Amino acid sequence: MKPGETVIAMRGITKRFPGVLANDHVDIDIKAGEIHAILGENGAGKTTLMNILYGLLQPDEGEIFVYGEKVTPKSPKDMIDLGIGMVHQHFMLIPTFTVVENIILGLESSKEPFLDVDLAEKKIIELSEKYGLKVNPKAKVWQLSTGERQRVEIIKALYRGAQVLIMDEPTSVLTPTEVEELSKILKRMAKEGLAIIPFITHKLPEVMAISDRVTVLRKGRVVGRFETKLTDEKSLAREMVGREVLFKLPKSEVKKGKVVLEVRGLWAQSDFGVSALKGVSFSIREGEILGVAGVAGNGQRELAEVIAGLRRAVAGRVLIDGRDVTNLPPREIIKQGLGHIPEDRMGMGLILDFSIAENIILETHSDPPFAYRWILPFKKRWFIDQDEVDKYAEKLLLEYNIVAAGKDTLARHLSGGNLQRLILARELSREPKVLVANQPTRGLDVGATEFIRRKLLEQRDRGVAILLISEDLDEVMSMSDRIAVLYEGEIMGILPAEKADMKEVGMMMAGSKRAQSLEEPA
Amino acid sequence: MKGFSSKMPSRSILLPPMAILLALAIGALTILALGINPIFAYAALFQGAFGSLHSLTETFVKASPLLFTGLAAAVAFRCRVWNIGAEGQLYMGAVVTTWAGLTLVEVPAALLIPLLILLSFAAGAMWAVIAGALKAKFKVNEIILTLMLNFIAIYFVSYLVEGPWRDPSGITYSPPLTTSAWLPTLVSGTRLHLGILLAFVCAVFISLLFRKTVLGYKIQAIGANPEASRYAGIEVSKTIIIVMVISGGLAGLAGMGEIAGVQHRLMSGFSPWYGFLGILVAMLGKLRPFGIVVASILFGGLLVGGDAMQRVGGVPAPLVFVLQGLIVLLLLFYEHVFARFARS
Repeated sequence: MKPGETVIAMRGITKRFPGVLANDHVDIDIKAGEIHAILGENGAGKTTLMNILYGLLQPDEGEIFVYGEKVTPKSPKDMIDLGIGMVHQHFMLIPTFTVVENIILGLESSKEPFLDVDLAEKKIIELSEKYGLKVNPKAKVWQLSTGERQRVEIIKALYRGAQVLIMDEPTSVLTPTEVEELSKILKRMAKEGLAIIPFITHKLPEVMAISDRVTVLRKGRVVGRFETKLTDEKSLAREMVGREVLFKLPKSEVKKGKVVLEVRGLWAQSDFGVSALKGVSFSIREGEILGVAGVAGNGQRELAEVIAGLRRAVAGRVLIDGRDVTNLPPREIIKQGLGHIPEDRMGMGLILDFSIAENIILETHSDPPFAYRWILPFKKRWFIDQDEVDKYAEKLLLEYNIVAAGKDTLARHLSGGNLQRLILARELSREPKVLVANQPTRGLDVGATEFIRRKLLEQRDRGVAILLISEDLDEVMSMSDRIAVLYEGEIMGILPAEKADMKEVGMMMAGSKRAQSLEEPA
Repeated sequence: MKGFSSKMPSRSILLPPMAILLALAIGALTILALGINPIFAYAALFQGAFGSLHSLTETFVKASPLLFTGLAAAVAFRCRVWNIGAEGQLYMGAVVTTWAGLTLVEVPAALLIPLLILLSFAAGAMWAVIAGALKAKFKVNEIILTLMLNFIAIYFVSYLVEGPWRDPSGITYSPPLTTSAWLPTLVSGTRLHLGILLAFVCAVFISLLFRKTVLGYKIQAIGANPEASRYAGIEVSKTIIIVMVISGGLAGLAGMGEIAGVQHRLMSGFSPWYGFLGILVAMLGKLRPFGIVVASILFGGLLVGGDAMQRVGGVPAPLVFVLQGLIVLLLLFYEHVFARFARS
């Protein structure tokens, strides 16, 4: 395969789903030796296009040519046979198997019915040397870092003869350092003649760093084709969203009040019984956002859950407004003034089979004005006043621009952005003193993201103490007053946002501790 | 005012009737294979179930325990607590009813019958709470617990009627209850007793519980998403225990109705699996009180009409159990087919 030769040509690819035109006459050429990023928001038709390219979906109209020959793939296997491989966002590896075992999984061995591990190992070492994909074939996958696992996935595809690599959100789980490494590897692979197609949602700096060319999708259509060298982040964002995008929301000066949330020496275990938090301490004042940066799985979820009373603290204290709420039932903590936007919107934040109105009262259903006593001589409120609930739900629908047929629409039928608006509406309308927001904008489109960030800043200005946990480093950097970096359950350091730079935070995310913390004693 | 949760798409309300029709069609083939005219057999079934005042009241006599146990299953299932121990809870309700009817002979009916209602509810509730508490506190699987507790209750009754409560005449029944413990009949000359009215009242209460109350909201929230309920501060363990109290209590009332309303004495095997049939009734009624009322009358009719079908048409009565099972199986089958339709 010569560099510059067209490997894949997609012509007029169209795919319809009930009520949606997911891909509308998409034309894309992929050349050998290039890194060709496909950029688009959620709902732009990226996933559909990727699935068509990978053989999981068949287009309603249009043609795909591989090396000039028309193909009609019926399954991913057809595409693998044509030399098109896929690296998934969530790695498909078996943690207790070694690297080799994972790579040869499902392939025929030369010594059936026995495995030929030695031959495979030799081949893997060859591949890894050729492309600079450092990995120890004998290591068990659970021992590897995220970056290494991704390299295993890449080798897995190459091992199956891939000349074209589709990569789904390749940078979403990596630290800045790992992104740099990946970028080097991809460039080397491209130089060797491979074609690489990363699908990216919103990490524009990474698109700029990695790719040679960019195709931008919006509402199922190609709206722009760029040479990366000849463009910049701002114009890519404008094409992607269809309007000017504010990268930094204006942040007003707010007088910080007293400490509202205090966490002291907190220890907790993960679901697997290992320590996920190892002595975490910080405090947040009124009108302050403390951003927690870190790669997924370093204790973020556990931190949010312990504060909300959903996970036991093994040691340490959580204080809200000076009151010890450690290990209290969630209801008590909510009453103390905690609002919580959980990481798992659909699993924890909402009841999908309940209507919008029913979801709005998830925490307040037994409080006035939603619950009433009727004529029963008990102190407890037994009955739900549906009229009050409906009135309140309708008010919040307007206030938070939730797009739905009405308050009786099931949450299940809302889009991701609207689900998050619904959670936000519920949590903020209770006027919390402390707000824990875990990945509040993950997976949302630019419009919803901007709305949610504005609302969070509004709360900050109101004097709420906000713990913003996010894997999106840009979000943490632009929203926070102070930044804490979480690594393997420990805080590597807390720095004021104006003194934090990307590079230093990136190093801390990879586990290097700050010599001295800049945090002023509370 | 609308109630919360369990919004069924309108067309799925057609599924239960469709399941019933197809089950009857399959049953017809079976009857045909026996060399009997299925129209004739079904006519006998219908006549036997609904054709006369006597058969109609008998249908309601059978519907009454099914309505109680159906509601018992629905309350638990809406909370995703799998109480399949209604049979045992029903037996425990029967035990305390018998005890009261044998010992409190001095108490007038006006006092004794309300007392029977309270006692049998409490006994069923207690039997269910054993499983509920273990589930809530230690996450023990309630399916196994409630299932096993059935056998304990059933054999406890066998022990009672063969041992301490054996009738002096020597048969393995208890002596008859004092007549003040007999539920009054609603239509003279028939066996239709107060229990069916009580069951209807319970259906109304459960319907209100689901649609209007804070507790009903919590039950359905936990059933729909326990994780989100915990997040929102709902006391999941406490609610599960309350659900078991209500569910077990309703099943206990079924036992009371059978002993105080129909048998008037305790015996082994007085329930033709009313506790388990209640699960089918609840599913056919889509876990909704009104649906369960209809389903319980239908299943009661099948039980009564089955005897007539055997007597008049020569079709073995157990065929009705096959029909009952088929109806629910087909209903579940349809739901999956429709779900797939809706997706594609």
